Amino acid sequence: MTKSVTDVICPFCGTLCDDLEVVVSDDGKTIVDVYNACAIGAEKFMHAQASGRVTRPRMQQPDGSYKEVSYDEAVEYTAQMLAKSKKPLMYGWSSTSCEAQSVGHEIAEQVGAIVDNTATVCHGTTLLAVQDVGIPSCTLGEVKNRADRIIFWGCNPCHAHPRHMSRYSIFPRGFFTNKGHKNRKMIVVDPRNTDTAKMADIHFQIEQGRDYELLSALRVALRKEVLPDTVAGVPKEKIYEAAELLTSGRFGIIFFGMGVTQTLSKNHNIDEAIMLTKDLNEFTKFSIMAMRGHYNVTGSGQVLGWQFGYPFCVDLSRGFARYNPGETSSNDLLRRGEVDAVFVLGSDPGAHFPISSVKKISELPSVAVDPHITPTTEVAKLHVPVAFVGVEVGGNCYRMDNVPIDARKVVDPPEGVLTDEEFLTRVNKRVKELMEA
Amino acid sequence: MSEYLIKNGFVFDPVQGIKGDKADIAVKDGKIVKSSEISSKAKTIDAKGKSVMAGAVEIHAHIAGPKVNEGRNYRPEEKLFGYTPKKTGSRMAGGFSIPTTFKTGYEYARMGYTTAMEAAMPPLYARHVHEEIKDTPIIDEGAYPVFGNNWFVLEYLKNKEIENVAAYIAWLLTETKGYAVKIVNPGGTEAWGWGLNCISIHDPVPYFDVTPAQIVQGLLEANEYLGLPHSIHVHTNNLGNPGNYETTLDTFKLAEGYKAKNKFGREQVLHHTHVQFHSYGGDNWGNFESKSKEIMEYVNKHDNITIDLGQVTLDETTTMTADGPFEHHLTELNHLKWANVDVELETAAGIVPYIYSPNIKVCGIQWAIGLELALLAKDPMRTFITTDHPNAGPFTRYPRVMKWLMSEKARKDQIDAFKYSDKVVAATHLASLDRELTMYELAQMTRAGPAKALGLAHLYGGLKPGMDADIAIYDLNPEKPATPDEIEAAFSRARYVMKSGTPVVVDGEIVSHGNKRTLWVNAKVNENPQVVRDIKDKFLRYYSVNQANYKVANHFVPNPYIIEVDATQ
Repeated sequence: MTKSVTDVICPFCGTLCDDLEVVVSDDGKTIVDVYNACAIGAEKFMHAQASGRVTRPRMQQPDGSYKEVSYDEAVEYTAQMLAKSKKPLMYGWSSTSCEAQSVGHEIAEQVGAIVDNTATVCHGTTLLAVQDVGIPSCTLGEVKNRADRIIFWGCNPCHAHPRHMSRYSIFPRGFFTNKGHKNRKMIVVDPRNTDTAKMADIHFQIEQGRDYELLSALRVALRKEVLPDTVAGVPKEKIYEAAELLTSGRFGIIFFGMGVTQTLSKNHNIDEAIMLTKDLNEFTKFSIMAMRGHYNVTGSGQVLGWQFGYPFCVDLSRGFARYNPGETSSNDLLRRGEVDAVFVLGSDPGAHFPISSVKKISELPSVAVDPHITPTTEVAKLHVPVAFVGVEVGGNCYRMDNVPIDARKVVDPPEGVLTDEEFLTRVNKRVKELMEA
Repeated sequence: MSEYLIKNGFVFDPVQGIKGDKADIAVKDGKIVKSSEISSKAKTIDAKGKSVMAGAVEIHAHIAGPKVNEGRNYRPEEKLFGYTPKKTGSRMAGGFSIPTTFKTGYEYARMGYTTAMEAAMPPLYARHVHEEIKDTPIIDEGAYPVFGNNWFVLEYLKNKEIENVAAYIAWLLTETKGYAVKIVNPGGTEAWGWGLNCISIHDPVPYFDVTPAQIVQGLLEANEYLGLPHSIHVHTNNLGNPGNYETTLDTFKLAEGYKAKNKFGREQVLHHTHVQFHSYGGDNWGNFESKSKEIMEYVNKHDNITIDLGQVTLDETTTMTADGPFEHHLTELNHLKWANVDVELETAAGIVPYIYSPNIKVCGIQWAIGLELALLAKDPMRTFITTDHPNAGPFTRYPRVMKWLMSEKARKDQIDAFKYSDKVVAATHLASLDRELTMYELAQMTRAGPAKALGLAHLYGGLKPGMDADIAIYDLNPEKPATPDEIEAAFSRARYVMKSGTPVVVDGEIVSHGNKRTLWVNAKVNENPQVVRDIKDKFLRYYSVNQANYKVANHFVPNPYIIEVDATQ
């Protein structure tokens, strides 16, 4: 007989679906099936079962081979590395729980580290824009219950946030939207003809990197001022039409992704998108929301916020918190050779950072804490495997709209494998001893 | 367990009616006891020439939760100066109007505050509020979930179903580990879902077709039906607009004829918060004027109402409120960055930085109104000092507010420093008020009064044997007159602070994180299948989270103090 665990939270993307059903074997040790999840989410659960999983820390040897070490040795290596380092980088934090992040910050405060999360190569530009001009937003349930104008700008939820449209933004029948998608007009702005774009009522296939111009043009169109014949490859008639469509709605929202945050103009794009949203509030109700990637990158920003006052790029090396993206951001620090040790948890910079940064990581004392074997664990001196948060251990996570949801444990981790929080707690204790000595 | 004897201090304790007499305070096992109950091993603390009071109680501040944290994260400029490094026994701490959680705990404790209430908790974000509370050291905290724009409440009150509202309140307090019923811009914030507002208490809420007056009165009745420790805690409609004092008086009148029903010694049925923002006359910013006399005349005559000030401190600060439409109005006014979050089925919130400049006439008038409310109060047990932190100014300015209230000279100096002092004087009554609050009255306004209004008079606000040993010692000798600046300095850095019998501040410095507790109310009601069914239905159809993932689990509240209420009769 198998049993079913309900209301399970999916630890994959920022959509943070909380309606999964996971079927586990009678002894509660293996996952048999996953219902309600998207293909990526289901794979995350099934992957925890994969054979050949690393279950003990591994130290890289000079010849590139690995030697299994105990967790005690891994704790000692990590604590020594951090305590000795003058300016360590502690990066990642987006695929773990807030409880683990909190312990990590305590370590960072003691050793004078820089704490940075994946926003640094993702929605960090959004955070900068919010610091410039604010952000009118809402929860995803508001979108479900009220929204009749939906814009996806530079994002492709069909593939990156697969259940976003069915749970919140396009298809659900909400309180004031009882006809579901028939109540809604969908606009997609993307230079590519993506699967999301194919579903749209209007697809602006703009010239690449011209988002700022089109956003500005929409603000002009709202004011019924004069536009040139085409902007960003879009004829002006279409822009006036879109402005009319947006103002005629009752409640609208712009969802945006990496297509605007990490292309030409970066944070300036988001400044303009937020100002467009603010302008639209003169006519109707409008919100804007970042399509956050990792399931708990939002949580990392929150915990850093209440503990230190900044959402990412937090430099604790001077004994008090500083924040200066461009100076205290991971890639800038790595490429300038400003850090002398690297600790990674809950992210894979080896796969996502520029090769120049990854090379630096490979040259430094480094620890990667990750359940998987990843490009990062391959370059790190020490790989510490841990339990999957949201599968093998619970913990708090924040959805892309900042709503906190407590992830559930479904099965036990492989015997003897520590959780992020347990490993960090042991490192913290050891660091304390070393710093006091 | 540890024992202490605080000797020779001048004691101010409204609970026992001690008005500055020399008395010894004995402490054993975290509680205040009779001097005869401690052994000779008790540690003696000499408070000679100093004033001794109970730890102060904050009744209304925004110190934990989603909007506070959005304020922190979107204002890095706030932390450029004044960050303090990590020390032995304390974490690094920064921020001014929206300090980090660590700084929040430390700063309250240094001023002799040992309990604080988070004034607006969006239920869907309750877990976040409790995560921050957990990380705020020393002080005991509770949080008020917001009810005034909640769809359950709106639907039940349209049909005057008080018992259903009560059952829903009981359920939500338990789910969110909340403390009291908060009402912010009743109906107006739901209207904000469509970009609209309810300006008067008789404007119907769009679609739900119920009025703010019905919401306030219905929640008041449900609150007394349950017999909760605190009354409804109201921020009424029309905040911040010239001429709004009439809306405020209309709201007060909703409480007429109601008597408190509870076992906690609370006497009011309605607490109105930050009344300064609701006491404006005139009909534009040109003829804007104080209506504090009209407001206080009503409050003085009606002892089933309590208020707090919302005193403007003349600083650059960060406004944040569940009054979503107001923050939009404010950003249109000052053009500073605007953050907003609408929360499904429940509430909304907005944030805008604001500069209360002494060079702006309106700011000067606002400053005067807050002080007038306190100085015109006949009963200091019903008027409490707040800055509605951080809305009218950061809580760290309480010592300055106390200085203004205790010294006519300090007030006059400030009035003279205004750019438009003549206009401020002409639009207010402050210049004609010569009252100076006494230490005893201050203890009523910051200790015994708020503790009683919160239904916590058995724990906080006094130095009677049996109460919690929350004690503050200040460098103020009532036998020697203090200058205004000495008053401010003494209240800024208490000489010694004890929380539940543990010394937490010695010579103005943090020495311990104490053993902070989270207060929440567990109200029991009779089984109510309709409400159970309605809750299930709303989660199935309209919420974006499952019902099973809504409740704040116990591990988020590691050290709870649960107040039991039984309304099953």
